[in-house]
Amino acid sequence: MTLQLDDDTRAAAPGERATTRGTLFRFATAGSVDDGKSTLVGRLLHDSKAILADHLDAVERTSRERGFGGEAGGLDLALLTDGLRAEREQGITIDVAYRYFATDARSFILADCPGHVQYTRNMVTGATTADAVVLLVDARNGVLEQTRRHLAVISLLRVPHVIVAINKIDLIGFDADRVREVTEELVAVTGELGIRDLHVVPVCAVDGDNVAERSPRTPWYHGPALLELLESLPTGDQVEALAELRLPVQLVLRPQGALAPGLDAAEYRDYRSAAGRIASGTVAVGDRVSVHPGGATSVVTRIDVAGRSVEVAAAPQSAAVSLADDLDLARGALIGTAGTLPEPQSTLTAEVFWLDASRGLPGARLLLKWGTATVQARLTAIAGRRDLTTLQVVPADALEVNDIGHVTLQLAEALPVEPYAVNRHTGAFLLIDPQSGATLAAGIVS
Amino acid sequence: MTDTLTAPPSLTLIDQLESESIHIIREVVAEFERPVLLFSGGKDSVVVLHLAAKAFWPARIPFSLLHVDTGHNFPEVLDFRDATAERFGIPLAVARVQDYIDDGRLSERADGTRNPLQTVPLLDAIEAGRHDAVFGGARRDEDKARAKERILSLRDGFGQWDPRNQRPELWSLYNGRHTPGQHVRAFPISNWTELDIWRYIEREQIELPPLYYAHERDVFARDGMWRAIGPVSPADRGETVEKRLVRYRTVGDMSCTGAVESDARDAAAVVREVAASTLSERGATRADDRISEAAMEDRKRQGYF
Repeated sequence: MTLQLDDDTRAAAPGERATTRGTLFRFATAGSVDDGKSTLVGRLLHDSKAILADHLDAVERTSRERGFGGEAGGLDLALLTDGLRAEREQGITIDVAYRYFATDARSFILADCPGHVQYTRNMVTGATTADAVVLLVDARNGVLEQTRRHLAVISLLRVPHVIVAINKIDLIGFDADRVREVTEELVAVTGELGIRDLHVVPVCAVDGDNVAERSPRTPWYHGPALLELLESLPTGDQVEALAELRLPVQLVLRPQGALAPGLDAAEYRDYRSAAGRIASGTVAVGDRVSVHPGGATSVVTRIDVAGRSVEVAAAPQSAAVSLADDLDLARGALIGTAGTLPEPQSTLTAEVFWLDASRGLPGARLLLKWGTATVQARLTAIAGRRDLTTLQVVPADALEVNDIGHVTLQLAEALPVEPYAVNRHTGAFLLIDPQSGATLAAGIVS
Repeated sequence: MTDTLTAPPSLTLIDQLESESIHIIREVVAEFERPVLLFSGGKDSVVVLHLAAKAFWPARIPFSLLHVDTGHNFPEVLDFRDATAERFGIPLAVARVQDYIDDGRLSERADGTRNPLQTVPLLDAIEAGRHDAVFGGARRDEDKARAKERILSLRDGFGQWDPRNQRPELWSLYNGRHTPGQHVRAFPISNWTELDIWRYIEREQIELPPLYYAHERDVFARDGMWRAIGPVSPADRGETVEKRLVRYRTVGDMSCTGAVESDARDAAAVVREVAASTLSERGATRADDRISEAAMEDRKRQGYF
């Protein structure tokens, strides 16, 4: 069954500004070198009127100084995403930059992931929080090895929507047959990778064709422009709110002796509440819930969201939940719909995206951060590493930066993890170096 | 299928941002020993304080406030700062750039602006307070250096930011591990824009220093901005002082912060004004960020927040 989620269900109150009722949509952009990603991002920002005059002035000035902008004296839109001095001086892009823009329908957070250096690390960083990834492909080149690799990472991280922008269609003379050919390649690769939600948009980022508005130069294309697509796809949160309740406890609120000013001490004498951000699902007063550790069940007696009492709360709200029974609640606990928390496991099999320059070796002692719990862990075995071109698992003795390894981890404390395919929150973890504190890897439970 | 799905509450953009910020504030308080909030009385730090109150309600905010006073602050903002700390019932420590200048540890810059001078007193105050986490109200939409900084940003013993050596930030799992001498800067409103901040101020009826709203003030024009006349910002010869209806989009060092002409007398009017604005808040009002394209990046790398 396909769930048709209407993206904008709340009716606007009279006089309410269009932008305040819009939802928040997070997406990441990725591409190979020279696919024109910076130009596309610049075009998206420019055409959605997100560029303010002083920033545009700076781009005009620099375009002129550097002799960019072509014969028309136009703008080098790639400059809008130009980064730090450290990057300009070395001619490289260090890592993910975040940009913000809004249309009448939605507000967007764009994680701009550089394509060349450390593409896996950047892609992983951008993709873990994304509702969609916009991947660029040069219409002349079609699907390259790097496109395949990007798609493999996107697939493993289960980004809800995949949009491929086939760019530079001006350079193939707006040829419908060539676009169809590349689309067929994409359908084949994404099919192999198990990506179900693929959208293909032919664009010319330099001129803006099919970026904010549908282009008259592609009469054979009947789909939406890129921006229309971004405005209409359901967010990941909307899907996650329908899953089972998972609430990792961040801390317990007990105001005795330290009540906020202006509150009546008698009223809050017995107040005790588990505070956390709902990772998935919905919780309502009267619901039966189970708690890890221990597995005891209780009933929700009170829910507060941002200082207001409510009857029901859902992902991704930050809430505070009070229970009828005095259970052992502390940071690291997990509250779930009664009877649905998985059996805690102390041995995990997982795929890990190695992100650090130091090598991952069998036997390594690490910290594993999962939800709000941090436990000691041991990398007991490396079964192999995924060859991103063939997608096969090949033998490996160690994990290097940008490798995706199949590993077994032994935990000092059993945790009720779930496969990442079931839950993007309770199936995800970090591996941390206990000495330096560095984040070594992003992991997903198999 | 006959199952009815319980409709989750439909969250607005502001609800989602609020929820993310509360999560970050709670994470930092849960994982660090001695957090502190940099609190100037400016709108962004006021919003962070308001979010913190919500994060721990009905308990009191479990950390204190710190302000680095440049000596060039607007007096009405300092009054507001003190009154707000008292209203929330939390301690406020103030480090003064003037003390450093008086005893020779810092010297006045040729251009007279004191924003870059805040770094040393800030680092000293962090060390003296043994703070391992420092909340700030910086937003990524303010500047391109900030656009690349993590929500939890590790700083070394000198407070320096190393953009090439940042921890990847994955899902909503924040890694705040640090070694002795290091501390972490935490930016709970990283993902908010200026417009989001004002919509929240409007929705929550958050009190701000009065100079954020339209008022008459003696000003003179310099560098395309209206500068307030004051002890640290006198008009030069040839600059005409006149009365104008203005408001401040940012409040900082009086010697380099400009006002904009405005008739927005309440938050709703400011929301409309910001939504229609064609200039960024720093571009419109901060002379120090115009010095070079990388002004903010350079200050951050030296320990600024």
